[in-house]
Amino acid sequence: MNASWSKAVISGIGELKPERKTDGINTMDLLMKVSAQAAQDAGLEPGEIDGLLVGPQVGETPQHVPATVAEYFGMQPVMSNVVDLGGASGPGMIWRAAAAIEMGMCETVLCVLGNHRNPVSPRSPNRNPAREFDTPFGASGANTSYALLMQAHMAKYGCTPEDYATIAAGARANAQLNPMAIFHGKPADVDDILASPMVTSPLHLLEIVMPVAGGEAVIVTTPEKAKRSAHRPVLLLGAGEKITHRAVSQAPSLTSGPLKPSIARALQQAAMDVSDIGFLSLYDCYTIMVAATIEDAGLCKPGAFGQWLRDNDGMGSDARQPINTHGGQLGFGQPDLAGGMTHVVEAVRQLRGTAGGRQIENCETALVTGNGATMSEAVALILGGAS
Amino acid sequence: MTASLQELSVPGPTVTALTEPFWEAVKSGRLMIQHCDSCERSVFYPRAICPHCWVDALTWTEASGRGKLKSFSQVWKPGHPGWIPATPYLVGLVELSEGPTMLSHILTEGAQVAVGDALHFAPTQIGDRILPCFKMG
Ligand SMILES: [Zn+2]
Repeated sequence: MNASWSKAVISGIGELKPERKTDGINTMDLLMKVSAQAAQDAGLEPGEIDGLLVGPQVGETPQHVPATVAEYFGMQPVMSNVVDLGGASGPGMIWRAAAAIEMGMCETVLCVLGNHRNPVSPRSPNRNPAREFDTPFGASGANTSYALLMQAHMAKYGCTPEDYATIAAGARANAQLNPMAIFHGKPADVDDILASPMVTSPLHLLEIVMPVAGGEAVIVTTPEKAKRSAHRPVLLLGAGEKITHRAVSQAPSLTSGPLKPSIARALQQAAMDVSDIGFLSLYDCYTIMVAATIEDAGLCKPGAFGQWLRDNDGMGSDARQPINTHGGQLGFGQPDLAGGMTHVVEAVRQLRGTAGGRQIENCETALVTGNGATMSEAVALILGGAS
Repeated sequence: MTASLQELSVPGPTVTALTEPFWEAVKSGRLMIQHCDSCERSVFYPRAICPHCWVDALTWTEASGRGKLKSFSQVWKPGHPGWIPATPYLVGLVELSEGPTMLSHILTEGAQVAVGDALHFAPTQIGDRILPCFKMG
């Protein structure tokens, strides 16, 4: 079972500056703004976009999301769907868009995610097993799940709190070169990370993403239509996806996740070795997620991410294999589900050569990872700049 | 822990017809899990049919109540505000000796804990209901 990607190109991106509050603005407004940016970046008229992939909108539009968004945007797509993979939704949209284009079901797909952040948001109306068997014990929310994953990783491999904090410090350092980042102008080193309050052991406050409002959009289209963009086309070279569970108690492993087979599959399709990848755009809701992903990608042995990062000379654009040059979500902020798409958008910038002061020299390939729920929903993409 | 668990006002389980036998048993001090008579594996949380073999052959059986700690977290800032008076408290992943893992509230009674520690079933009142918690040892 293998896929070959040849007929789809990323030709447009849009991104909103993260904000802590968006009083009175609804999600639809943000989605539309960021989509218009992406269409303009791709050099396309709205009427030329005939595919639409959106995320779930809890509380605002529980059902009929594509129709509601399409109507609001004045679109009549011939292919549309909701991609509901948490933080993996963004990368998950990219290969689905490419697959629909390859199959000839549509020509140009708008992949868009975003969220408002108004003062009072309703608590989750969930009635599912995680709600019944985790929440009553005092373990609601993602923080405790990732703390349990991190504790298991520490216990198994003996990694130190400093090892994990290095990831948050690296993200903050990168955010200093991105004026869009929520933590631009607010650096934090390893000592600052470890001095921040313990939220749920072993996770410190600064090892956890800051929730923000924002939006991200990406246009995937045919090589022909991609010529309308002023930028270098970005190709999808490989993709992998796997979902293993929902609640952390049901995880087949606490120290390795579904990104492992997803990354392996994406690399195999692209006929590449992970050590050859020029830019690592790794989903980072928590420090432990980057640690586990470095290991699951095969960049080093399990438990050795700390030494690997030191050998890599950190995470900046001058590192051996730069990581999350936009600051990652730990430095940029996490605009809910759109957070996962920031890793796609930054990879496109690096491959185009438009990353400004944080541009990686001669960046030709990128690994993008998306991760959802409790290290349980995974998507990996290999992107490359067109020659 | 600064407040007693009984005094907390926190969300309880969203019990369904399928899961009711589990919660009813906890009230009477027993840990009941499902066992598949087809593939002979134990199942938790409760299912309509076996998630391992998809055969409709699950029967309720009493678990030993023994397990070990797979991971844990000391919670200082809970996801639900109702838990704030009990901070810091410990949640953990308990691997039951029958195989399945469940998330639970761990009553440490001041002891240091480590991954791999032995645990036993200790039904405990949290808020106005009895929950399947665990104690060290
Ligand atoms: Zn079975």
